[in-house]
Amino acid sequence: MSLSLKSTAAMPSSSSGPEVTVPSLGKDLVGLEPLSAEQIQLILDTAEPFKEVSERQIKKVPALRGKTIVNLFFEASTRTRISFEFAEKRLSADTVNVASSGSSVSKGETLVDTARNLEAMRIDMVVIRHGSSGSAKFLGDRIRSNVINAGDGKHEHPTQGLLDLLTLRDKFGKINGLKVAICGDVLHSRVARSNIWGLTKLGAEVAVCGPATLMPRDIESLGVTIIPRIEDAIQWADALNILRLQLERMTAGFIPSLREYNRVFGVTRDRLDKAPRDLVIMHPGPMNRGVEIDSDVADGEHSVILPQVTNGVAVRMAVLYLLAGGSPDWAEGGER
Amino acid sequence: MPTRTPLLDDRAIARALTRMASEIVEKCHGIDGLVLVGIQRRGVELAERLARQIEAAEGGKVGRGKLDITLYRDDLQTIGPRPVVSETRLPPSLDGRTIVIVDDVLYTGRTIRAALDEFADFGRPRRILCCVLVDRGGRELPIHADFVGTSVNTGPQDRVDVFVTEIDGRDAVELVRA
Amino acid sequence: MSAILLKGGRVVDPSQDHDGVADLLLIDGKVEKLARNIGGPDGAEIVDVSGKVVAPGLIDLHVHFREPGQEDLETVATGAMAAVAGGFTSVCAMPNTDPVTDNQAAVGFIVRQAQRAAKAKVYPIGAITLGQRGDKLAEFGEMVGAGAVAVSDDGKPVVSSHMMRTALEYARTFGIPVADHCEEPTLSAGGVMHEGIISTRLGLKGIPAAAEEIMVARDIILAELTGGHVHLCHMSTRGSVELIRRAKEKGLKVTAEATPHHFTLTHERCEGYDTNAKMNPPLREAADRDAVRQGLKDGTLDVISTDHAPHHYDAKEREFDDAPNGIIGLETSLGLALTELVHTGLLTLPELITRMSTQAARIFNIPGGTLRTGHPADVVVLDPDRTWVVDPATSFSKSRNTPFAGTKLKGRVEMTIVRGSIVFRD
Repeated sequence: MSLSLKSTAAMPSSSSGPEVTVPSLGKDLVGLEPLSAEQIQLILDTAEPFKEVSERQIKKVPALRGKTIVNLFFEASTRTRISFEFAEKRLSADTVNVASSGSSVSKGETLVDTARNLEAMRIDMVVIRHGSSGSAKFLGDRIRSNVINAGDGKHEHPTQGLLDLLTLRDKFGKINGLKVAICGDVLHSRVARSNIWGLTKLGAEVAVCGPATLMPRDIESLGVTIIPRIEDAIQWADALNILRLQLERMTAGFIPSLREYNRVFGVTRDRLDKAPRDLVIMHPGPMNRGVEIDSDVADGEHSVILPQVTNGVAVRMAVLYLLAGGSPDWAEGGER
Repeated sequence: MPTRTPLLDDRAIARALTRMASEIVEKCHGIDGLVLVGIQRRGVELAERLARQIEAAEGGKVGRGKLDITLYRDDLQTIGPRPVVSETRLPPSLDGRTIVIVDDVLYTGRTIRAALDEFADFGRPRRILCCVLVDRGGRELPIHADFVGTSVNTGPQDRVDVFVTEIDGRDAVELVRA
Repeated sequence: MSAILLKGGRVVDPSQDHDGVADLLLIDGKVEKLARNIGGPDGAEIVDVSGKVVAPGLIDLHVHFREPGQEDLETVATGAMAAVAGGFTSVCAMPNTDPVTDNQAAVGFIVRQAQRAAKAKVYPIGAITLGQRGDKLAEFGEMVGAGAVAVSDDGKPVVSSHMMRTALEYARTFGIPVADHCEEPTLSAGGVMHEGIISTRLGLKGIPAAAEEIMVARDIILAELTGGHVHLCHMSTRGSVELIRRAKEKGLKVTAEATPHHFTLTHERCEGYDTNAKMNPPLREAADRDAVRQGLKDGTLDVISTDHAPHHYDAKEREFDDAPNGIIGLETSLGLALTELVHTGLLTLPELITRMSTQAARIFNIPGGTLRTGHPADVVVLDPDRTWVVDPATSFSKSRNTPFAGTKLKGRVEMTIVRGSIVFRD
């Protein structure tokens, strides 16, 4: 399915020189794995001016005026959905939230039918969060609208990966050569996977730390090192990205108890104080205070958890802005 | 076979800027509340030069700003590839201030229109004026420039290239006729 | 009298150690004579098969026809037609139908449907336990009396070792094998593909090789304990192959099969979340695929079986997690086997025919698998060099779920003869 865009009916440039345009991201953002380092840099760079928009009194620009965007969330999520909604509204798009639960089978309407309905309504963009890995690609392959993955099963959560990268870049000025340890339930974490792709592509050194029962098979093949104990990860890293312990996904007790998890793997004040340098603390949220991270760490001076949230809106605005350049032109009403 | 004609050399540009700087101060009755906002990219450099000239002549401080109008373009929905968005930085409040938009070339007027829309999202200036280095005619909207460096009549196939030292290594204005 | 004379083909019959150009005469549904330059009786249909290969009809010990219960996916009739289009003259149909084929009436139904269709012979496999629920033994004796040739709870593993032991012992009475789908359910629960680097990348829950190997080991031990015959379905891992090799060295009554997709594809095929690469047991790593090939070469794996599993397009057109397991296979099995095993030089053609016909008949003790005089005239004529492209739209199966659409294969069935009648001609 190829999407041909209208030719550049350029606004006759009143300023001199050729217009500087940016390379395309394609129709969908399904993950960070398919992106090149240049494309990831592009998104991060594009997020900068959007940070400024969020600081204005009137937090709105008309860039996506008239576009319809559906937030299709099959899994409950407040923060990600709100973040996307702000991003969309600040770009002046029209947004609709569709919340659903359960798998296609239990719901009675398949994802294919949902996709076709959306396309019949001429939606420009769909932001989808779904419990099945591969569902974002599944949708993107079947509809002409742009599809943005807001988290598909255990596969990827690309905008989270991007905002984590942006936050690190803000703090350190670069990604290349940074040592980042991703700590916790890596097995079930799409945030971990997206971070691994983004960080390795931009030249960071990545380690994963957590109980062996929560480590995916052959994870080293993705270019990461395994550090079994949290104390060693703290010694090694410039930044820790602490993952939420996925209570809802742990059907078969991968760890004996939350108490033990905190005792053995929790990022506590005591452990953090032993760090040889000022360790940056990140967490995608929502936090289980007292489990994977203690409150005094989460609220402490090294935490960039709140800047992550701010950057989230800017990054999502950047992604929407960049993808919308390739939106299908419904006005022409037909195949292109 | 396109022909390239110089319209202004570096000295002519300097003279034009000097003249426009004093015109601005004259029309605004001084520099009180004045903010020069350059349109990205070359307008920003020109605005900086004007501001410095005005400050040197009047001995006070002139407000400065940079504006990127990409997100306000009226053709964003139809062009394909995304243009790069540069920095927008304006003084905290525009209410009651006198803004002079500075750009290198005025042609259809759509850039200025986009800038006006963007200002509306920042506050309510007392007055907005427009200063351009080159007015090449061909307006598509009812927009005019209050301060003009030079005027030239052009057709849709022509192009006016402005080069500024800070970006291009030299100062020049050239007309490329198709 | 009906007679067919196949002239001038390369007749490959491992049961008689025959591999050479000869004529084959079939009269009244039986093989009459295999010799050079046979002068046919009057009225015989003479078919020139020079340049082709003539072999005993292929036998598939493991297919799923969805009748009764899901006739929209496949029926005994359409399945039997797909079978002969693939060169198969006999197939064994697994009992995970709806309702489950766990009694003599159900077995008899399959037999009659097959007779009506009059294409490939369909031998029912009866369930081990009632409803395949794993708790109560089905009536092996009655089912065998009605035509069942083996018992299996395939689709599911026999979880209880005690039940598996009982089944093996009881099956000895009737001389039938117990076919087990080897999967340790607590290890495989929730898994949708092989546990490895690909499942990690795709974020899908994996099924470790150990889930299969643990049950293979258990079944081998129980075969030794009981003296019964266990037939291990669709083997997929190198660990399993090694366990079976050692069991055979000990002389145990263990037989095993492998599918064409397990000797052709690996878990990389799941990239992009293609549900046509989703099956159980899952596609494994390259080393496993190579071990399966080696097992077919040295006889550790006795036969090639397709595990033909029709599914509706809509069912496969969903998220990977939710899609059902399995692919069709009857019409591509021979082509894949010739392309991947014979043309690569791994197996000779006689060795392949052994794996796809001779040995199958032997281990399940069913007629066929041979061109000896007096035996049923179940014959396949194939062109081992003809290239073709797989097009599911032209298949005889009702379902289209295959990962091989568009694949170019070398080797194809040209004619299939069952009981002396030509039931398929390309």
